[in-house]
Amino acid sequence: MTNIKYEPVIGLEVHVQLKTKTKAFCGCANEFGSKENTNICPVCLGLPGSLPVLNAQVLVGAARVALALDCTIRHFIKFDRKNYFYPDLPKNFQISQFDMPLSENGHLDIKVDGISPKRIRIKRVHLEEDAGKLMHPEGSISSLVDFNRAGTPLLEIVTEPDIYSPEEAYAYLSDLKLMLQYLDISDCDMEKGSLRCDANISIRPAGETKLGTKAELKNMNSFKAVKAALEYEIKRQAQSLDAGERIVQETRLWDEKKEVTLPMRSKEEAHDYRYFPEPDLPPFTFTDADIEGMRNSLPELPQQRLRRFVENFGLGEKDAAVLIADKELADFFEACVEIYNEPKKISNWISGPVLFNMNSRNSSFGALRLTPGHLTDLICLVEDGTVSNLVGKDILAQMLAAGSAPKDIVREKNLAQVSGADELNEIIEEVIAANKKSVDDYACGKENALMFLVGQVMKRSGGKANPKVARSLLAERLKRT
Amino acid sequence: MAISKDEVKYIANLARLGLTEPEVEHFREQLGDILGYVDKLKKVDVSGMSPMAHVLDIKNIYRPDNISPSIAPEKILKYAPQHEGSFFKVPKVIE
Repeated sequence: MTNIKYEPVIGLEVHVQLKTKTKAFCGCANEFGSKENTNICPVCLGLPGSLPVLNAQVLVGAARVALALDCTIRHFIKFDRKNYFYPDLPKNFQISQFDMPLSENGHLDIKVDGISPKRIRIKRVHLEEDAGKLMHPEGSISSLVDFNRAGTPLLEIVTEPDIYSPEEAYAYLSDLKLMLQYLDISDCDMEKGSLRCDANISIRPAGETKLGTKAELKNMNSFKAVKAALEYEIKRQAQSLDAGERIVQETRLWDEKKEVTLPMRSKEEAHDYRYFPEPDLPPFTFTDADIEGMRNSLPELPQQRLRRFVENFGLGEKDAAVLIADKELADFFEACVEIYNEPKKISNWISGPVLFNMNSRNSSFGALRLTPGHLTDLICLVEDGTVSNLVGKDILAQMLAAGSAPKDIVREKNLAQVSGADELNEIIEEVIAANKKSVDDYACGKENALMFLVGQVMKRSGGKANPKVARSLLAERLKRT
Repeated sequence: MAISKDEVKYIANLARLGLTEPEVEHFREQLGDILGYVDKLKKVDVSGMSPMAHVLDIKNIYRPDNISPSIAPEKILKYAPQHEGSFFKVPKVIE
């Protein structure tokens, strides 16, 4: 064993499908889950004589992402053909962008572990088309091809090798996904393949500035898998170097079950894509005014929203981060504040009980079907003392189960907090009668006995007694014994 | 510019063409002639001209994002060498 410390250097390549109504270059529906080969036409099948025409929404959508990543948009862009043979590629070339991509030189400021800021430079964001989908039925000597996905607009977002740990990679992916969701540009669903990630990783002795030989990792189906594959690969490369071996530049596939990366079995010939300008598409141009117009129409992005929540609503950075991490949740929070101007209280209820229910039901926020009116009503019921905090949380669970209004639940289940002296005194008398010893203890100066007796009052009232009122009534009553 | 037999074979392989030895020689000469012509073009003074991205003087041709009908799969699948149900069928490829 040597004692060399290595540091990993990672670059990520994210492919994201744009959720336009139609494909990039033809009018076929851009839809996941359709019956196989029902969204196909001569253009996306590359039949002779067909001509692609660019979907206007695709270029605008892509430019918005590029601008949100602070990239420089090219004023003159063109498409190129990337030539290779594979059965999922009907034309035997992919329309992509080579030397005049849509945009370059941007960055994304991420928060590692939700706290430490770090800037990841974006090398380029370019447009291309997705390929079809291959299936390999077990035991069959054939593969099956579905071309519904062929021609789906795909954005490729490539980072510089600025990522130095699997945690940073995870944070970059989470923050990028969140930004894309705020832009409302893609479903970003890794299970459906609308967001995919490949990673380039090499390691080098700490302090070394020259990059080591990299491996390209593919086939990670979740952000967690990306993190796990990187962790594995760092260990593997370190062991190889420690053993005096050389790292081979290769593509490796993540095996989710075995939790290892394995070299991809393929012919060892170097890729030779012979890019050339796509003659079937004209070039596209943007004026400064076009670009400024698109920049000005960008929605509020996650980090901007976080700052606004901190500055305008007085929320702590951590609380704000919880809210903005889910666009629906942040929208809901703002809708609540509009009804009931108590941002901190609302934020506490959302990050506490609401998220607790969401996680325990393993559901999305939308699936909870909670309305801003219901939540703010509930918070008001707690604040004005109608119900206790504890009962309030209980009511929330019932609201989510039944979708009913908090006031109705309080009425139907008779949950209103008991603060009236008459009712409470009755319970207090019962408790005193049943707990002679504690009453004596209190008389002898044991303060703790009072808390025990208050607890008994709470218990007898089914949690409905107002604890503050109960405590003072009880103390008063015990003075008189 | 001359081109080697190996280069011809390499290009043929990229294009998935199987060439006989006489064909390799035949295309070696033809491709060599084409590259010779390109060498001639390279001598033309193009300083002050910007590279051309398209042969026609057109740009910014878009279509609106509206769905148009796709083709019924059976109309296309009948031209495929093989199909299974509505899938195209090809010799097994696996990564």
